[in-house]
Amino acid sequence: MAVNDALAGTHKIQEEAAAQRPGQLMPILNDFSQELTTLNLGPTHPATHGIFQNILQMDGERIVSGVPTIGYIHRAFEKLAERKPFYQITTLTDRMNYCSSPINNLGWHMTVEKLLGVTVPKRAQYIRVIMMELARIADHLICNSILGVDTGAFTGFLYVFQEREKIYEIYEEVCGARLTTNMGRVGGMERDLSPAALDKLRAWLKSFPAVMKEFENMFNRNRIFMDRVVNVGPISAEKALSYGFTGPNLRAAGVDYDVRAMNPYSSYEDFEFDIPVGTNGDTYDRFIVRNEEIWQSLRIINQAVDKLPDGPYHADAPHYYLPTKPEVYKNMEALIYHFKIVMGEIDAPVGEVYHSVEGGNGELGFYLISDGGRTPYRLHFRRPCFIYYQAYPEMAVGTTLSDAIVILSSMNVIAGELDA
Amino acid sequence: MNPQESAAAPEAPVAEDPIKAQNAQVLALLHRLFGEATFTDVHEPYGLLTATTTREKIHEIIAGLQQDQELKFHFLTTMCGINYPENSGKELGMIYHLHSMTKNIRLRLKIFFPIADPVVPTLTDLYNTANWMEREAYDFFGVIFTGHPNLIRILNVEDMDYHPMRREYPVEDGTREDKTDLFFGR
Repeated sequence: MAVNDALAGTHKIQEEAAAQRPGQLMPILNDFSQELTTLNLGPTHPATHGIFQNILQMDGERIVSGVPTIGYIHRAFEKLAERKPFYQITTLTDRMNYCSSPINNLGWHMTVEKLLGVTVPKRAQYIRVIMMELARIADHLICNSILGVDTGAFTGFLYVFQEREKIYEIYEEVCGARLTTNMGRVGGMERDLSPAALDKLRAWLKSFPAVMKEFENMFNRNRIFMDRVVNVGPISAEKALSYGFTGPNLRAAGVDYDVRAMNPYSSYEDFEFDIPVGTNGDTYDRFIVRNEEIWQSLRIINQAVDKLPDGPYHADAPHYYLPTKPEVYKNMEALIYHFKIVMGEIDAPVGEVYHSVEGGNGELGFYLISDGGRTPYRLHFRRPCFIYYQAYPEMAVGTTLSDAIVILSSMNVIAGELDA
Repeated sequence: MNPQESAAAPEAPVAEDPIKAQNAQVLALLHRLFGEATFTDVHEPYGLLTATTTREKIHEIIAGLQQDQELKFHFLTTMCGINYPENSGKELGMIYHLHSMTKNIRLRLKIFFPIADPVVPTLTDLYNTANWMEREAYDFFGVIFTGHPNLIRILNVEDMDYHPMRREYPVEDGTREDKTDLFFGR
């Protein structure tokens, strides 16, 4: 990458571009010795992994400016949420970061529980932790293996996609769905962790480390891979904070901020885990931090499975927790509560609550303002992708197109979360 | 210290709860730096210190909090617009969530202003991340941020001629009758 740096120094035009504020078009220069090419990267390009567009100004192979256009899959979730009862909003959260839907679902349930003042029993909290960490592993596996694909290494992707499939099978045992999981309920989980789910989970916990080890062996010290990613798209800690980075991207820049440790929710304080941090926030650091987080997530899951307490899997809050079907058919009170909850006629307190969880990409926040009605008065999602993607032009300027693809891939921008 | 303590008196007892003690500390700082009259409607819903201020002061306050050496509110977690059509003269609002990572303190600041004059100073000179957040607020609520480098729509199409998150625009087409329900108002 030293060659790149030397080249970058010779291009006056790039220095000017770097001095520009991000998000602005380059002014047209009356210097015809350096003619710029406009290149549309996206909206549908296999390497952008989602529908978003970047209009790049290229000087030969080098990017002098980039203007991202987003909103191609905007579905007005915040507006829709103003018409939906709390339990229906869960399905909207599925579709934000669809690589780790359980985190979104359970984060939303926790927000509503905070508003309603419902305390979830330990067993449900531990099941939630297990599911959220599985989701984090699935999310990081996709991000890192796709980064491999973008650098030309397809094999790792195939190795770990098998494991992602197994994670999805565990989801199926827990909630019946795979991608858009709609997992859990306000007040706990929808059903207890079944013996089949536990068996699958235990088997996976045994088999996965070997695969992960193999994946790391293939990439971590691979000369070809390192040449492509080391010192590509670095970002300093100050810049990252100013751009609102959270999650693995911020930790790769050296800031040890993790919502799980700083504001523990769902009993994260019961578990022992480390927060990996990088040094210069380049693509390689982001890759390594995600790999290490997978190991830490495994640690948490192992502890949670070992310490899984007995007891109920949902809170004793009949006003808010959807009763089981057999109860509804036999029991009058359950039928009434079922009707009231489904029709959104529960009594929600007036108030405002901000709750954040550590999503696959960073701090996923829910800001809920309730006026006591059946729906939120206002619901704002703090979507980590949306917030940190605006740093992309600045990170990509001065690099080549192939580097820009790798940077985009390592930032793990998920279009659903970006556009909401 | 005493006048600040009395201002936070409804939230007492302070000594017991660490979050309340922290919030009292932040509130004392806010009062010391910007004056007590600057903040109205101070409360702590679910442990998060919330205060309402004015749009004339908001830039100065957030810049001051960012530069404050003790608390270091370096992180703008999120900001969002809000619309209360029935509050005449204060129909629109902006809500800022700040986070001090060194002390792990969160703070919520609100400003309200008339919908006819939705002009607010930008925060893009303080936080890079404010750029897209403000574009989002402009897109959905029509809040104009003076000094923003590139205030254009971000998620909706450019030729849209209204700001869809305002309460005057219902989710569903108001002329439809096939979905009306006597009890639940659909």
